[in-house]
Amino acid sequence: MKETVIKVDKLTKKFGDFIATNQISFEVEKGEIFGFLGANGAGKTTAMRMLCGLLMPSSGSASVAGFDVYKQTEHIKQSIGYMSQKFSLYEDLTVKENIRFYAGIYGMSRQVIKEKMTSLLEQLQMTAEENSLVKSLPLGWKQKLAFSVAILHEPKIVFLDEPTGGVDPVTRREFWNLIYEAAEKGITVFVTTHYMDEAEYCNRVSIMVDGKIEALDTPRNLKSAFNAGSMDEVFLQLARGAKRKAD
Amino acid sequence: MNAVAVNNIVKTYGSKKEIVKALDDISFTVKKGELFGIIGPDGAGKTSLFRILTTLLLADSGSASVDELDVLKEYKQIRNRVGYMPGKFSLYQDMTVEENLEFFASIFNTSIEANYGLVKDIYVQIEPFKNRRAGKLSGGMKQKLALCCALIHKPSVLFLDEPTTGVDAVSRKEFWEMLTDLKKQGISILVSTPYMDEAAMCDRVALMQSGKIMSIDTPGNIIGQFSKPLWAVRSKEMYRLLKDLKNYPNTESCNSFGEYHHLVLKNESRDENEVLKYLQQHQHKNIDIKPVQPDIEDCFMQLMDTN
Repeated sequence: MKETVIKVDKLTKKFGDFIATNQISFEVEKGEIFGFLGANGAGKTTAMRMLCGLLMPSSGSASVAGFDVYKQTEHIKQSIGYMSQKFSLYEDLTVKENIRFYAGIYGMSRQVIKEKMTSLLEQLQMTAEENSLVKSLPLGWKQKLAFSVAILHEPKIVFLDEPTGGVDPVTRREFWNLIYEAAEKGITVFVTTHYMDEAEYCNRVSIMVDGKIEALDTPRNLKSAFNAGSMDEVFLQLARGAKRKAD
Repeated sequence: MNAVAVNNIVKTYGSKKEIVKALDDISFTVKKGELFGIIGPDGAGKTSLFRILTTLLLADSGSASVDELDVLKEYKQIRNRVGYMPGKFSLYQDMTVEENLEFFASIFNTSIEANYGLVKDIYVQIEPFKNRRAGKLSGGMKQKLALCCALIHKPSVLFLDEPTTGVDAVSRKEFWEMLTDLKKQGISILVSTPYMDEAAMCDRVALMQSGKIMSIDTPGNIIGQFSKPLWAVRSKEMYRLLKDLKNYPNTESCNSFGEYHHLVLKNESRDENEVLKYLQQHQHKNIDIKPVQPDIEDCFMQLMDTN
């Protein structure tokens, strides 16, 4: 049976007169890779912050991993993982220290951390770098490590905010292989990106324009609905009509 | 005449224990009036190169000139002639849009009016917000203002360091349209980007990785140098397909490319029926396999592999 892990109904956030997120509704299933696209200023970040339990909605309802975004934000935070290009790891801690730190924050016991540490380092082929400072690692390695750390506590959902910006093409694909593996294990992946080829890797994609979700479907159905050859064209057709250009 | 000439530039960072080679013996030239792209991921050395050419950073060895002026001996003249838009937003956040533009015009001893023609098409888009502080602008508008400020003294060479990073697909497209217009006005432009698809907008590109230039040519010629037959493959289960194709004995490389995987076979085999048979044996459904033209990203990955 299908299990819904994110359920959003008419979720709205107003800042004064400005409606950042305007009555968005959608559901995401367990193990799904859900692409959350939109132009700068479309309201993606606001929506994501509400779903992560970091921002109180103005109206509407939403539950994440079965918890209410108004009342159970602490439960939400324990059930999700989060990484972004801007915020991922502590540069002046070593690889091992970062893993230990995050795992500790997510409430994992020392024994479990110890066990997971070894297998994680092996899986990422980073055992030789375990005592290197994160700032000395190439960006691609950092991002792969950050992702692995974000799902170490086996959250129900992982939120990824532009995880692959600036990463070389080979590492970008390796990163997506990690995403696929996580999804196969049943972790739901909620991801934003500016790379339109990556939109194709998602099971379903939503596109936000001026605070509203203007399209939501599989990449293939979107392309056929918009009579477009690629997701890039779909995105351009929708986002060209945007009136808002705020961040 | 060359807008930019770079000869054997080397730049390293760090102490003796841990030396990072940001630029490893780089040489190239950019012709006057050219729109030249430096394409590469973070850490390729793009910013170091731009900072050396704009006379903000000294190379360890090698020489470079901008507008036939030496970056060491004639740095003051270079500074008068170039426009530079750094990757990080560097305008005065607490000054308004108009004040920023006036400020940059006046430090170059000119006025907005004198060169208004050059920035007009871009400035009219942000003019409704001319009394807003720069720090309060959206990403797209900040980028347009930064471009205006880099242009207001009518530079002969324009350096744009990752102007489209973190910018959505629509704004990226608009930005490249602006650059094409500027090029028509005779300005030489060096622009860096991590987005491979933007290479197609340049006259010539240098593909950079880890401080080295892997290839310099027109986008068309770079694609032409991809000598091997390339296949696009799709089936119902894309991730399993990728793993199976990577395990196929005759596979040289296989990478995800949007809705298809791109496959290069060993021995330049052109026989897709063998691949099809193999995939059918592995219970793949709805298999679609067809020859496909490589794009710059295919070329970049092939070059990364051979280097």
